[in-house]
Amino acid sequence: MNRRTGVRLLWAVLAGAAADLAGLGLIAAAAWLITRAAQQPPLAALSVAIVATRAFATGKGVFRYTERLTGHDVALRAQAGTRERLYEALIPPQQPRHGGADLLSRMVDDTEAVQDLLVRCLLPAAAAAVAGLAAVVAGLTLLPVAALVLVAGLVLAGVLLPAGTAAAARRWSARIAPARAALAGRVADLVHGSADLAAYGADDAALARALAADEELAALERRQARVHAAALAGGVLVQVLTVVAVVLLAQGAGVGSVGTAVLALTSLVAFEPVLPLAAAGERLAGILAALRRLREARSTPPAVTEPAAPAPKPEAPLTVEIDDLVVRHTPRHGETATPGRDGEAAARPALDGVSLRLTPGKRVAVVGPSGAGKSTLLAALMRLVEPESGAIRVNGVDLGELSGDDVRTLMTGLTQDPYVFRTTVRDNLRLAGPDADDERLLRAVRDARLDAWVERTGWDAELGEDATTVSGGQLQRLALARALLYDPPVLLLDEPAEALDEETADRLMADLLDVTRHRTTLLVTHRLKGLESVDEIVVLDEGRVIQRGRHDDLVSAPGYYRDLWESEALTRA
Amino acid sequence: MHKDLLRLMRAERSVRRHLAVTLAAAVLAGLLVLVQAELLAGVLSGRFTAVALGGVAAVVAARALLAWTQGVFAGHTATAVKSALRRRLLARLQELGPGRLTSHRSGELVTLTGHGLNGLDAYLTGYLPSMAVAGVVPLAVLVRLFAADLSSAVIVLVTLPLIPVFGALVGMTTKAVTERQFHALARLGGHFLDVVRGLPTLRAFGRARHQATVIKQVADAHRAATMRTLRVAFLSALVLELCASLSLALVAVPIGLRLLGGSLDLTTALLVLLLAPEAYLPLRAMGTRFHASMEGVAAADAAFAVLDEAAAEQPRGTRAPERSGAPEIRLEHVTVRYPGRDVPALRDVSLTIAPGERVALVGESGGGKSTLLHLVMGFVTPSEGRVLVDGVDLRELDPAAWRSHLAFVPQRPHLFATSVADNIRLGAPGASLGDVRRAAESAHAAGFVDELPQGFDTVLGERGANLSAGQRQRVALARAFCRPGASVLLLDEPTARLDGRSEAAVVSATAELAEGRTAVVVAHRPAMIALADRVVRVQDGRVVSDTGAGDRAAAPLEGGRR
Repeated sequence: MNRRTGVRLLWAVLAGAAADLAGLGLIAAAAWLITRAAQQPPLAALSVAIVATRAFATGKGVFRYTERLTGHDVALRAQAGTRERLYEALIPPQQPRHGGADLLSRMVDDTEAVQDLLVRCLLPAAAAAVAGLAAVVAGLTLLPVAALVLVAGLVLAGVLLPAGTAAAARRWSARIAPARAALAGRVADLVHGSADLAAYGADDAALARALAADEELAALERRQARVHAAALAGGVLVQVLTVVAVVLLAQGAGVGSVGTAVLALTSLVAFEPVLPLAAAGERLAGILAALRRLREARSTPPAVTEPAAPAPKPEAPLTVEIDDLVVRHTPRHGETATPGRDGEAAARPALDGVSLRLTPGKRVAVVGPSGAGKSTLLAALMRLVEPESGAIRVNGVDLGELSGDDVRTLMTGLTQDPYVFRTTVRDNLRLAGPDADDERLLRAVRDARLDAWVERTGWDAELGEDATTVSGGQLQRLALARALLYDPPVLLLDEPAEALDEETADRLMADLLDVTRHRTTLLVTHRLKGLESVDEIVVLDEGRVIQRGRHDDLVSAPGYYRDLWESEALTRA
Repeated sequence: MHKDLLRLMRAERSVRRHLAVTLAAAVLAGLLVLVQAELLAGVLSGRFTAVALGGVAAVVAARALLAWTQGVFAGHTATAVKSALRRRLLARLQELGPGRLTSHRSGELVTLTGHGLNGLDAYLTGYLPSMAVAGVVPLAVLVRLFAADLSSAVIVLVTLPLIPVFGALVGMTTKAVTERQFHALARLGGHFLDVVRGLPTLRAFGRARHQATVIKQVADAHRAATMRTLRVAFLSALVLELCASLSLALVAVPIGLRLLGGSLDLTTALLVLLLAPEAYLPLRAMGTRFHASMEGVAAADAAFAVLDEAAAEQPRGTRAPERSGAPEIRLEHVTVRYPGRDVPALRDVSLTIAPGERVALVGESGGGKSTLLHLVMGFVTPSEGRVLVDGVDLRELDPAAWRSHLAFVPQRPHLFATSVADNIRLGAPGASLGDVRRAAESAHAAGFVDELPQGFDTVLGERGANLSAGQRQRVALARAFCRPGASVLLLDEPTARLDGRSEAAVVSATAELAEGRTAVVVAHRPAMIALADRVVRVQDGRVVSDTGAGDRAAAPLEGGRR
């Protein structure tokens, strides 16, 4: 946290404390005013108290308003800072995560914990501390022993009780979280497994299991509510018993009715900002967990190591040599605890000794069943994963000696799961060519067969929002247009016809093969139509090259390629 | 007050009781504050001796007990309401059935039923009790004040309504401002998630670092816009706070002056001073709780929207299928329309599948093949035409009885987070471990299952996470094998997404399974299609060709040949 944020935070704390103090002052002044008035002094003796009562009354509201505004301002700034740091940490390529999109949303939600920490925990606690201190100081001037009792009460309600609720919340969330996950799992079974369950007549049993999970969760939540209730009751008990003790002491010490009333009411009100801290303590457990997750996310090592002194970027035309490449996806840190999920992938390499040579202007297609390692090959070329052994060389320079960003200016294109940003069509394209003029944009759009759609939607239509959703096919074509606009020396295309209807896919592939003629291209596809025109076809299975050659050779030999070709012909008819 | 929720709470007996205790405890605790103020005022003014402090302690003990009771019973109320809603939602999901469930946004339903309902906690445990307190305590305070000191009571009576009135006024004006900014706020707020999700794409085009500065700019814009909204929104809190504290000053100063004049005694003065804030407090507390409970109200709205959705409830048939052997399945001019879609999924399809016949359904995805399978299982009902099983309309058959004759392997089988054995005996809960093993062996699944840490007792991860696609498919096939009584086999692309080796294993297992049964297989790969006696091509919801071995191929089908 930088100094300016610190100063703002201080202002917020001061405003909060001032609001609490005004509340305290209001009741103390009023109590003094009334008890003193009962002694019937001259009116002048009361005028200060009268003014003070009114001033405190006004001040309380105004200071509270100021506190809330400055507090939220600081919190938003702190949140922005957290997000920036998180983003910086995410920029280097990372190994793919499980539950990708959900995990990312949770991470983004977690950044809101910083805001909660400030607005709901730290600021109220600081303000309560100041107000409590003021009440104690006031007490000290009137009757030191009563002040000591007040200190004890405030510490009990403001420190020990919140610490207790925080600990309880941590303990309970450790038990409740798995119960919630179990319930979510049973509900997901009912929804996603609905066909399986209905077909096998097992739906009633599954419903019963979900309801049992619900009952289990409810039982835990009821017990957690008991802890919460106990904290609530404890707070009330401490508050009023402290006041009773203060009154007893004051009367015993003969402070007089004015002093007793001021002491008693000040003590009563001093607890007002302190009591909500028990609830803040309950929140704290969740907030700290979120912050811990963020720290972990930020400290995840990137998937590839950048060279200390990157070699100069090779100039086009480029020759890419892949030599006996082995890539193994290692389970991410912290995921080893879930056995099996990665078990298979970790056991065998995703790429197991692949060699390939791309000379300028050559087009190579990579085919094979899903999980064969096609996308891993592209990831290795874009330097998103670190090879275990073997090498990729560009004009003789090893990829590991180049900076990752440079590699991706040489070899990139249409990647897996392209993303549409919530911005205009134009800006969605422009990210691949910030300096491109309208003519170049239009050409890319035409080459990707997206022109009709752009015409219909408009260049400045917002995408991704509810208003204009993008279908799978349009998304794919948009991604292709980006790749063509970027125009890298080596064009990588990962399943460009994915999610397109048959006819469009055929047209797109035909156009694509037309546009990429004489361009160095690596095309990953599962559709074989049109591959007659590429220079080499590589068939991958379980990370190895099982067949390679031209289309005509491959269809004349038995094997995976011919099977796939025949089945494609069959389903097309 | 949420009407639907109120109705639900009235209908559930346990909720009603718990809620009544919660509200009673909250109100009683609120009223005890009056007694406490009375005693304190007496002690402080010297009218009561210090012994009365014992009374205060007793009152406090009672308040603490009530607070505890309120908390515990509020917890009971909340869990009971959530359970009741969940029960109803899940029952509704089952009613909808797999056919119509797919048309729902199923992910949203899972979230709503799971985590979404937790938002109700704040509403049930916070807002509802605070509402009850706000309805009773200010009135009680007023009554006591009227009895004690008329002029102070009048001041409170006049200023008290200002809180809801100002609250509503400020709320109305801020609503307009907030709504104007809401869209912009949501957009700016969502920007970060958008960029983080699209990071791989940005990285591919070397724009990742550039976006860091954009994030900063957008965050600044977001903060500025939020602060503009908050400046107005917090005004309502300011007004309420000022109302309450200025009223206290308004009460205290005249009292002081009257004490000075001797027209008022100290006990009454102190009582008024202690009681006056208690008139405003419940209203302000209710206001704060209201904001925290909005999320829960939204969740309740979403839940009731699902529950209230007009379900075209069809009477379920009761007849059992007549014989246990492989039946003849006949579709007569069947059209299937899914709600909310213009184009029917199947159009005027007629098809007869003879007992023991093996039919491959081929064609593009989205053409209607899966719908055809769902039709046979009774997951979807024809909008026009009918499905006959041995001459009996499927609608007249008891679905559970009919489905007990079926074995189904869906495109993406769902594996449950239980043991492998329990996953396999899904359709035959009574099957012995020996039966399960035999089924697994037939499905070429026993090999990899034995290699799992605890063999057949290995508990699978959520959705079968620790198995590969091919292995999941074979477990699903083993499910079908574990139902030896099934006479109709329905397979939806069992070899899609499998590598060559797994495919071969699944194909040979399928061939065995289809022996002596009627089999309808949605197929893409040649090996699977080769198993069939007959190949039916479905395109755009119509049967466009029907070819096969022997004489059956000669008879062209009615319906939409294009």
